[in-house]
Amino acid sequence: MSPLPFVRRTFTASIVAAGLGIGFATPAMAAERELLNSSYDIARELFAEINPAFKEHWEANHDDTLTIKQSHGGSSAQARAILQGLRADVVTYNQVTDVQVLADAGLVAEDWQAQLPNNASPYYSTTAFLVRKGNPKGIESWADLAKEDVELVFPNPKTSGNGRYTYLAAWGAAERTFDGDEQKIKDFMRTFLGNVKVFDTGGRGATTSFIERGIGDVLISFESEVNNIRQEYGSDDYEVIVPPVSILAEFPVAVVGENAERNGNTELAQDYLDYLYSEEAQRLLAGFNYRVHDEAVVEEFSDQFPETELFEVQDVFGGWDQAMETHFESGGMLDQLQRR
Amino acid sequence: MKAAAFSLPFPRARQRVLPGFGLSLGISLTFVSLVLLLPLTGLVGQLSGLSLAEYWAIISEGRVVASYVTTIGAAAVAAVINAIFGLLLAWVLVRYDFPGKRLLDALMDLPFALPTAVAGITLATLYSSSGWMGKALAPLGIEVAYTWIGIALAMAFTSIPFVVRTVQPILEDLPGEIDEAAMALGARDGVAFRRVILPHLWPALVTGTGLAFVRSLGEFGAVIFIAGNMPYETEITSLMIFVKLQEYDYVGASAIASVVLATSLILLLAINLWQGRFIRRLHGGS
Amino acid sequence: MQRIGDAPVLRRTLIGAAVALAALFLLLPLVAIFAQAFAKGLGGFWSNVSDTYTLSAIGLTLFITVLTIPVNLVFGVMLAWLVTRFQFPGRRLLQTLIDIPFAISPVVAGLVYLLLYGRNGWVGGWLDAHDIQLMFAWPGILMVTIFVTCPFVARELIPLMQAQGSREEEAAVTLGASGFTLFRRVTLPNIRWALLYGVILTNARAVGEFGAVSVVSGAIRGETNTLPLHVELLYQDYNTVGAFASAALLALIALFTLAAKAGLEWRATRREASA
Repeated sequence: MSPLPFVRRTFTASIVAAGLGIGFATPAMAAERELLNSSYDIARELFAEINPAFKEHWEANHDDTLTIKQSHGGSSAQARAILQGLRADVVTYNQVTDVQVLADAGLVAEDWQAQLPNNASPYYSTTAFLVRKGNPKGIESWADLAKEDVELVFPNPKTSGNGRYTYLAAWGAAERTFDGDEQKIKDFMRTFLGNVKVFDTGGRGATTSFIERGIGDVLISFESEVNNIRQEYGSDDYEVIVPPVSILAEFPVAVVGENAERNGNTELAQDYLDYLYSEEAQRLLAGFNYRVHDEAVVEEFSDQFPETELFEVQDVFGGWDQAMETHFESGGMLDQLQRR
Repeated sequence: MKAAAFSLPFPRARQRVLPGFGLSLGISLTFVSLVLLLPLTGLVGQLSGLSLAEYWAIISEGRVVASYVTTIGAAAVAAVINAIFGLLLAWVLVRYDFPGKRLLDALMDLPFALPTAVAGITLATLYSSSGWMGKALAPLGIEVAYTWIGIALAMAFTSIPFVVRTVQPILEDLPGEIDEAAMALGARDGVAFRRVILPHLWPALVTGTGLAFVRSLGEFGAVIFIAGNMPYETEITSLMIFVKLQEYDYVGASAIASVVLATSLILLLAINLWQGRFIRRLHGGS
Repeated sequence: MQRIGDAPVLRRTLIGAAVALAALFLLLPLVAIFAQAFAKGLGGFWSNVSDTYTLSAIGLTLFITVLTIPVNLVFGVMLAWLVTRFQFPGRRLLQTLIDIPFAISPVVAGLVYLLLYGRNGWVGGWLDAHDIQLMFAWPGILMVTIFVTCPFVARELIPLMQAQGSREEEAAVTLGASGFTLFRRVTLPNIRWALLYGVILTNARAVGEFGAVSVVSGAIRGETNTLPLHVELLYQDYNTVGAFASAALLALIALFTLAAKAGLEWRATRREASA
């Protein structure tokens, strides 16, 4: 591969277009195919492993040479780019709402969640805690996070899907504890949010604050993330706590029908997503600390994922649309809880 | 050339001596329209669907107003720091010779050259409690990262070249006789500077500081990593725009952006008028 | 000749204060970038820099910069000539308009381009129907880069040309010089340092622009990922060394252009001194 693939690809076009300042999208050739996967920001290394495996799998059955291009960014920003014309063939996000936005705009099939197993979520995770060595504050469950001297770090629910999961997980756990007594839930949430020391805009920023800046007693993030972080920064200094009750975090995937058709990639895109459910891919996913559905792989990695009770956004909040409207929109519950 | 039509209302024949009016007017207007103004119609288009009451509701929401206060306050502090520090640097660079002067001069442009996100990450690393600067400041009880001081610091960093580079050329052009006269009269350094030099630098200093202030109002990349982003305390207005975008609320984002844009443009227009008056005064009227 | 501030004690204090502040405020962050980039030694730095995607990001960034500079150079000179050599109504307004890119947050700048040229914009809809893609491809990145950097050349030239006045040029015209000769022989020698400085600032900003580009790039690795975006991507990825290695490259590009400027200035002052 040339070190400057973009120049190679666009150079001829640029000669034609230089005077006009216009670039042309080069249509996919029959023998050389390209697939663009729009994904969330922290999935780079994950797809760096999955893509070559899929390439091998695809090329074994077809004559084409396949190049898989990746685009990574905050999940909402990524979906916005597709709405505005980024020609991605498939999306692999960490937010159901961000795929739904595309479905509402007619770019993704209306029944996308029914088109693939497990609500079109080949892997899943939950929200868990990373605490400092020895768990000095004795954090075991969500209730412990509202204690007086506990300082929390998690990304801003306004800007980060990760943060929204954390908020909803805390709310859902409180709803069980207080048996649905709304006043008590709100009091709990107010203390919980009051314990937050820094609201970074994204998951990575929160990690940096917790690890490199030494802020806070607990970092709250996806289970997969806290495990990756612990592996990355030294398993002796941190401990992962998976609370007994937490939220089911789905990682939805979908074909962007209109784009895939335009790029002549409908079959390829579908095959790519199907592949994520294969045993081979599921093993790779489990290696990155995501929970998977394939029974053989689940058995293999059973030590890695403690049993825990996971509730769904659908059951507790009546679906994502409802949750967004009630809790996260301007003037919603989150704003009310943070108001002073 | 179509620009000929524009030449009618100008009485001064002197101006027509130089060539290129039509060409430069044509190119400038085309460029300004296509590159600067046309895209802004997108912003106006978003706002056109809003009633005045809806617009007001978006831009006067409590949390957004708190972000104005934070942003303007921090930008003002940054501007004051830059005015003092920038003046000092410009003075030293113009008036003195010392080893490493060229390096210091080159260093002044660094904030322009460094991507703002890199600046943000680096400043947050340096000034957090575990960073080099953070550790040094902690015993003094000064917390920079995740407070408004951090925001002001990041703003000051990204906008310092505006002050230095505006004041520097004016200082270079000041004739030496001005100093001499003042010194010959036996004035002390401080007094002479205030009475003789500062009146000449004042307009450039205000212009540079003003530009720095405007730049700080819109800064996002450098600030966001060091801000802490706590509601009502350390949220900047750019973050509010960013939040609206995350919610797919283009209209809300455009509304808040229009407030920042209008404020900045008014300030810039004021600076330009001020600058024009100053130049005219310097050259004894036009 | 006795000048203000020449007293040795005062002089030393001021220089000391300036150097100390600049070291803390400007040099230290620079050192920190390189310290992080080489945290895992030369090998770690090199393996990150020679990565395919990093190289392609460098290529794209340089490509965009090389296209941006001539556009803004021509515009900047034209605009400066217009507003400093002629009087016409709306002159002050025009001068303020070119400051819009300073006034506008880069993220908003990217957004307005997206709203116009994106699939849902009124120009973008037409482009999409004709299968022309500007946003999320290099032309979009070029467009916003031109937008954010267009004031630099003009802003450097205007105060200088205003201060110099147009007497020399008027004399040349009276002597029969044509437009191009006039510019090349009379105007250009007077403004070349300001022009060069404007180009250097344009270059620096074009190389480093993050906010506006991040909105319109689509961040397709190996294709529309510029070097500053690459820094963020690697940082998000827990690859701190990689992120700072790319950041160090950006800092190096910046330092190189600044050094080039300093070198040219030094040669010029020496020539003037010997003449």
